[in-house]
Amino acid sequence: MADVTGDAFNGDGETGLSREQLHEIYYYLQLTRQAEEALVNLYRQSKVIGGLYRSLGQEATAVGSAYALHRRTDGTGDFMAPAIRNLGSMFVMGAPVVDVFRQYMAKGNSPTGGRELNVHFTDFGKGYLGPISHLGVMIEVLAGVALSFKLRGEPRVALGYSGDGAASTGAFHEAFNFAAVQRAPLVVIIENNQYAYSTPVSKQTAAESFVARAPAYGVPGESCDGNDVLAVYAMTKRAVERARAGGGASLLEVRTYRRKGHAEHDNQAYVPPEELAYWEAQDPIDRFERQLLARGWATADELAAIRARAAEEVEWARTEAEASPLPEPESALDDVYGWPPIRPLWTRLPNPDPHLW
Amino acid sequence: MATVSDQISAKREKPEHVRLTELGKPVTFLEAIREALWEEMERDPNVFLMGEDIGVYGGAFKVTEGFLDYFGEERVIDTPISEAGFTGAAAGAAHMGMRPVVEMQFMDFVSCAYEPLTNYIATSRYRRSGPVPMVVRGPVGGGVRGGPFHSQNPEMAFFHTPGLKIVYPATASDAKGLLKAAIRDDDPVLFFEHKKLYRAPGLREVLPNEDYVVPLGKARIHRQGKDLTIVTYGYMVHESAKAAEQLAEEDGLDVEILDLRTLLPLDDDAIVASVKKTGRVLVVHEDTRTGGIAGEIAMRINEKAFEWLDAPILRVTAIDTPIPYSPPLEDYFLPQVADIVTACRYLARY
Ligand SMILES: Cc1ncc(C[n+]2csc(CCOP(=O)(O)OP(=O)(O)O)c2C)c(N)n1
Ligand SMILES: [Mg+2]
Repeated sequence: MADVTGDAFNGDGETGLSREQLHEIYYYLQLTRQAEEALVNLYRQSKVIGGLYRSLGQEATAVGSAYALHRRTDGTGDFMAPAIRNLGSMFVMGAPVVDVFRQYMAKGNSPTGGRELNVHFTDFGKGYLGPISHLGVMIEVLAGVALSFKLRGEPRVALGYSGDGAASTGAFHEAFNFAAVQRAPLVVIIENNQYAYSTPVSKQTAAESFVARAPAYGVPGESCDGNDVLAVYAMTKRAVERARAGGGASLLEVRTYRRKGHAEHDNQAYVPPEELAYWEAQDPIDRFERQLLARGWATADELAAIRARAAEEVEWARTEAEASPLPEPESALDDVYGWPPIRPLWTRLPNPDPHLW
Repeated sequence: MATVSDQISAKREKPEHVRLTELGKPVTFLEAIREALWEEMERDPNVFLMGEDIGVYGGAFKVTEGFLDYFGEERVIDTPISEAGFTGAAAGAAHMGMRPVVEMQFMDFVSCAYEPLTNYIATSRYRRSGPVPMVVRGPVGGGVRGGPFHSQNPEMAFFHTPGLKIVYPATASDAKGLLKAAIRDDDPVLFFEHKKLYRAPGLREVLPNEDYVVPLGKARIHRQGKDLTIVTYGYMVHESAKAAEQLAEEDGLDVEILDLRTLLPLDDDAIVASVKKTGRVLVVHEDTRTGGIAGEIAMRINEKAFEWLDAPILRVTAIDTPIPYSPPLEDYFLPQVADIVTACRYLARY
């Protein structure tokens, strides 16, 4: 099992990214961080309904991995399903920032019409599936997505994300094993950010690593430094292209760190402060910035312009989302089935009578 | 080797937040549950806890705050995210004479443990494989903008399974007494705790400073009345009480409220007694309509007290959809006080 760490470009240059692509990666990293910062402000003003989940320090994992996919808008590209720290992956796949804000603010014109939260939304054209809260389930669903690519002989790949905690579910194991047996084009990334809510990874697994499971599933495994965006990209790309070429499933692990609490309400009292300080110094965006400048892949002015572009996008989306209306109450009745429709409570009929129900 | 009880006695002072009743102070619904767990763990060294983030963090809702320090990590076990695994493991421990209490971080996730609960655990006694004394408890219910997977009322998914008991308290006093009874019961009990009751200031009560239990399977009259009966449970007991006050004031109606407390086994006698008294019945539940407990209650009344009815049995429930997240949608989804009032007026006029 190869272990890519540090500067992914030190090797054979297999990442093969152009200057524009490197700038695009930087843009998505910035977009993710800035969108979350805007969400924190909205949360503090009680404009976010429910919880707010951050991916601070994990943006490279999300962006670098999704960047390895074939991204289309017409439903012919690769497919992925985010976990809660994968806002960056959603942006890479083409999710509009305004959609995310509308989701968090439970607006009527959000992709789920206010029925579901945060990154729990779907776009079949762009290739992302909204997860449910129950952990592990999306690996099952993606196994089926990948299986259908195989059955139809389409050179497409499904990418799934799991936390270190979610990897303890029965669903994860059953689904990944199935995909492995079927040699379905499924790549699963276990995002080891050291915690599942308050529970340290040592209480999830007695093994040294998650990637150690790969040989037991009979699939290739690889792990890398999750705060190195190019390393994540390169590792994911290898697994994705292997899957596309008929090489079956892969199990990847990234080592990273959740620098905020499980959600905004969680003050992380269970985390040693030294740990936070250590990982702050490993900030993936700072690291990439230094790399871009040192390698001459970008100038300071170019990076400033990209940051400004992300800020503009975030600000526009925030204004739009705030101005968006809440859903109409009666719309709650729609879409349970294609047919028949669900009826309202009899007590709310103009002439309340259960016989008319 | 040190026994479990040696370990307890070696521990420090009992913290203040589990001594509220001892100190004569009122407790919330959540504090009542915490005291029940604590007292049962002190009383019986075989009682132990399993669940996600219940140790260092004290649970997502802080029900088990302070337990780890006092009882140690052998009796307060932070599990992997493996509901099926640790619920099934609880059954094994129960066979060996332990009294496991399992926390679901949200009861929505009990669906992951449906297999061990409904197959192994529920049938064990019947298969002559021994009783399975264990409790699965956790937060349920909507109205907190939690969305479709942090708001569910999954009681009826288990109601259809002979061998399980289902408890769903509405007051602090019942929560404590019923949880103690559930832990001491020799059968598996699912224990539902409505999130909106946890810290509701109006539910603070000074509880008896003694070891008391509330028997499973017994309903309770929450409000005496003679004109019509509302049969309900959980958070809807309090919404029904608001409706009853309004109806007393505006219509001079005297509404009786029967709080089921235990859904399985269902207290037929209490339901029938109230029907015979009022002749009019409204069932209110926060759960969705189709397959909700109202159907079962109506059938039992039909079987046992049809002659006493002066009106059809009606129900106010959530609509038959998943639980939506956005406030206007969730408010539309949930039964409201106004719906209960409308239904009672219809019944009274009938
Ligand atoms: C089956 C299931 N059980 C419990 C939960 C509650 N829960 C939500 S997130 C979480 C922790 C997830 O940790 P991890 O998988 O490591 O992801 P991270 O939050 O670290 O990204 C838990 C316990 C859930 N969503 N699903
Ligand atoms: Mg984690």
